[in-house]
Amino acid sequence: MTRRLVITGLGATTPIGGDVDTLWANALAGTPGAKTLEHDWVEKYELPVTFAGEVSVEPAEVLAKPETRRMDRSTQLGMVAARQAWADAGLPRPKDEGYDLDPERVAVSFATGIGGVWTLLDSWDTLRERGPRRVMPMTVPMLMPNGAAGAISLDLGAQGGARTAVSACASGVEALDMALEMLRKGDVDVVLAGGTEAAIHPLPMAAFASLQALSKRNDDPGAASRPYDRDRDGFVMGEGAGALVVETEEHAKARGATIYAELAGAAVTSDAHHITAPDPEALGASRALRRALESAGAELSDVTHVNAHATSTPVGDKPEYYALKSVFGDHLENICVSATKSQTGHLLGAAGAVESVLTVKALRERRAPVTINLDHPDPEMPLDVVTGTPRELGDKQQVALCNSFGFGGHNAVAAFRTY
Amino acid sequence: MADKNEILAGLAEIVNEETGLEVEEVQSDKSFTEDLDIDSISMMTIVVNAEEKFDVKIPDEEVKNLTTVGDAVDFIANAQG
Repeated sequence: MTRRLVITGLGATTPIGGDVDTLWANALAGTPGAKTLEHDWVEKYELPVTFAGEVSVEPAEVLAKPETRRMDRSTQLGMVAARQAWADAGLPRPKDEGYDLDPERVAVSFATGIGGVWTLLDSWDTLRERGPRRVMPMTVPMLMPNGAAGAISLDLGAQGGARTAVSACASGVEALDMALEMLRKGDVDVVLAGGTEAAIHPLPMAAFASLQALSKRNDDPGAASRPYDRDRDGFVMGEGAGALVVETEEHAKARGATIYAELAGAAVTSDAHHITAPDPEALGASRALRRALESAGAELSDVTHVNAHATSTPVGDKPEYYALKSVFGDHLENICVSATKSQTGHLLGAAGAVESVLTVKALRERRAPVTINLDHPDPEMPLDVVTGTPRELGDKQQVALCNSFGFGGHNAVAAFRTY
Repeated sequence: MADKNEILAGLAEIVNEETGLEVEEVQSDKSFTEDLDIDSISMMTIVVNAEEKFDVKIPDEEVKNLTTVGDAVDFIANAQG
């Protein structure tokens, strides 16, 4: 028998809010998170793109100082979101009084796209400028992409496995797929799932710009991320983390937890088409959508809302539309789409995690968040995009999807159901 | 050149930076591992930072002999000689 899985805790730190309540309020209001970067390195290296979406609350304001010294920024952001989600779920940490979890049945599935890029490059600078003795012993555990998963497992006392999906911008949703697998296998009862990214560093900024992937709207950062708009010219680099507590319905009920939504299904596919360009026919993305619905036991007509990947690149948005159209056909006109990267920017390996948090909130609150900057909808993508004011989703039982696609040809889709 | 009290105070600051322990807790008779709960990675970080701060070399093979904070203060004082 398939175990039913539910979401009982949410956490996030993003450019439009350092916690879920602030993120959600801003996502409903329509708040751009991108700003001109104040760092001296922007001018020093003459970066062609001078803005990004930095987190609105610095992790150093939340974490203890010795903790921050042992964690790359990406792990810091992940830790902030993970602790929020864990506390939101009402779950104890090992040192808490009355700790009553079986740690061997608690796991972590925490993704990243790039991992500890700040640590890697800072350490390289240290080696060149000051010699090998000054390269700190924590360098390796800080730069490794599984650093966040490991640190979070330590913090929560999770002994049932600490896994890391690394699939570029699909990572955050793939982490949920992994969590679902672990829980359906029956090895564990609770998984802290999510993703993190902290890559607003001159090298990735220069590299993504070189790839012609970033918006160059330097004179108006807040208007730069404009998915589905005729004048979109690239994505906006963002940083942050999202976290979701996924547990079996049985476990959640036994401890009297508040259940926000069901994690009904998830799926991962790969294009095998091109290392960065999406398959123009979107066959891989379509398969991921179909498999996720199958995994959820959902009918096409159950789906009312999609939090789209929609990064605002000229070439990326369209294939996702084709995938949705090919899977849903005429029902697509009954589905409202939110492209929340218009507000948060693109959080790479954290994007799918933060957007899953928003998708769960949408089902729980029965309202879909808005998409901003859609001044001239691209006529080639006739979608019902939520703009202006949030969309009421109604009382009926329904399913919402969260899409994430990444360089490497990765496609990941999570399906959530109202509970 | 610094006297032993200055070295102790400087070392306490380094330990505080790395571990968050109050500087007052970092006393000469305290063991790094037993009393201050400092693991080997933190110890190496403290050693490297102390080398820079006091302009001395603390060879890796010497680190295991630095049981207490006082041992480290004495070593640094002698090395500065």
